[in-house]
Amino acid sequence: MSSMFNGTVASITLRATLGRKRALLFGLPAVILILVTLLLKASHPTASDWPSQILGDFGFSVVIPLTALIIGGSVLGAEIDDGSIVHLLATPVRRATVIMTKFAVAAALTMVFAAGSELVSGLIATGGATKLAMGLFIGALAGSVIYNALFIMISAATTRAIAVGLLYVLVWEGLLGNFVSGARILSIGHYSLGIANAIAHDSSLKAGLSLPTAVTMAAIVTVVALVLAVQRLASFSLRGDAV
Amino acid sequence: MSTIELAGVTRWYGNVVAVNDVTMTIGSGVTGLLGPNGAGKSTILHMISGFLPPSRGTLTVGGTPAWHNPDIYRTLGLVPERDSVYAALTGTDFVRSTAKLHKLPDVGAATARAIAMVEMADAADRRISTYSKGMRQRIKVAAAMVHDPVILLLDEPFNGMDPRQRLQMMDLLDKLGAEGRTILFSSHILEEVERLSGTIQVVVAGRLAASGDFRAIRRLMTSRPHVFAVRSSDDRLLGASLLGRPAVTGVEVTAKGLQVRASDYGAFCREIAVLARKHDIRLLELLPSDESLESVFAYLLAS
Repeated sequence: MSSMFNGTVASITLRATLGRKRALLFGLPAVILILVTLLLKASHPTASDWPSQILGDFGFSVVIPLTALIIGGSVLGAEIDDGSIVHLLATPVRRATVIMTKFAVAAALTMVFAAGSELVSGLIATGGATKLAMGLFIGALAGSVIYNALFIMISAATTRAIAVGLLYVLVWEGLLGNFVSGARILSIGHYSLGIANAIAHDSSLKAGLSLPTAVTMAAIVTVVALVLAVQRLASFSLRGDAV
Repeated sequence: MSTIELAGVTRWYGNVVAVNDVTMTIGSGVTGLLGPNGAGKSTILHMISGFLPPSRGTLTVGGTPAWHNPDIYRTLGLVPERDSVYAALTGTDFVRSTAKLHKLPDVGAATARAIAMVEMADAADRRISTYSKGMRQRIKVAAAMVHDPVILLLDEPFNGMDPRQRLQMMDLLDKLGAEGRTILFSSHILEEVERLSGTIQVVVAGRLAASGDFRAIRRLMTSRPHVFAVRSSDDRLLGASLLGRPAVTGVEVTAKGLQVRASDYGAFCREIAVLARKHDIRLLELLPSDESLESVFAYLLAS
């Protein structure tokens, strides 16, 4: 497993990712979530349904995927776009190691920004370390991992990763995943909700999948996405000349 | 270990053939891969560096295929054309990181040696984002050389460099080639490489059009006829005067002025100024009209 993670790749990735102007956007969805939570807490201090709706629906199908998209797109897609990835790939480091390391960095950053904001918002919304707040936090941690696997795969597969990812978040997660029950089996937001609900046991979370289903599907999607990403990066090619 | 071999290598994108049936062997020393833009030079370099599979033919680096074989990077260094490096890192960090990725036993010593080789010690602790184009090229060379490879590939290394930086880079490449390494670089400007020794491979429209010694190509370059478009206050008087000069091989009066054929670029440029002053003629326009790269390479090929 140690050969799957390379500290130097992680260090370069982290510094390059945080050194880009795009890094200023990493915390934007998180700030919005916390601000909305503060506003709702001030206006509905005793209402019981809004925390699960805002932190569950909005948080898991908008905040976490958007954060993961920006970060996942930065750790790999931005380097492919500007060509700096070549310096990394022109070394004997295995492409699988490059993908797994970048995935780990992206997942960790997403956990800090997105899952962190879910935790802060959960604590504010529910008034403390409640089961709902903890469930949402654990679900957000899982979502940070799964979404990044998908977005890193998309970054390796297409040069229009941000556009494709945004379409996926808005159409699949935002619309179909919430309104078409059959689509839930292929919705990362619902895997995260299923995991969150296993801890929170809160019917207002609208978790459409049981824990075993959510965990199984999450594992399958993560592994398949990462395998595809490695395959794509192994065949990474440069186009030359004006053809 | 240091030989690059292409046998019948063809690469196409859709129905566009970028490289067509190229066969060449590149050994130690400096080799220039020259040709106009879009000729297929970068495609060839990308295939050699393992970043593009040939559509047909075989390509080996040190006896092993380059595609899907990251092990070639143990003996090969690549300086890509694009100016993109990890700009947030300092030069030292960039080279040191590359040394670590190669798992070198003494990262510090290898980093210092590579930076010294490109004479970047003074600026090595600055962020790469503050570097000039030439400095970026040199730090890229340092990173590509940190593991002491026997093969170094450079894609358009002189692009955007000022003349002094270009000379420094040529001296460095000559030095590396003299050490027995295989140095292969691409360039679309023949004049850029006038100081380099070694051989060149000329690629035109995806085909290997010519190979030869740098000096022979340079001789052809300096002796080729040049065509200039000239406009002046008295075209006929200037034309008649020019015809008497040895550097001028022909003058034609056209509707737009004069078309002058010269056998010696430098001598013609000096003499026309002297003649214009002597006859009190005002030069309004003096344009080399056949300086497109295509015409230069076409001339070389015809020779």
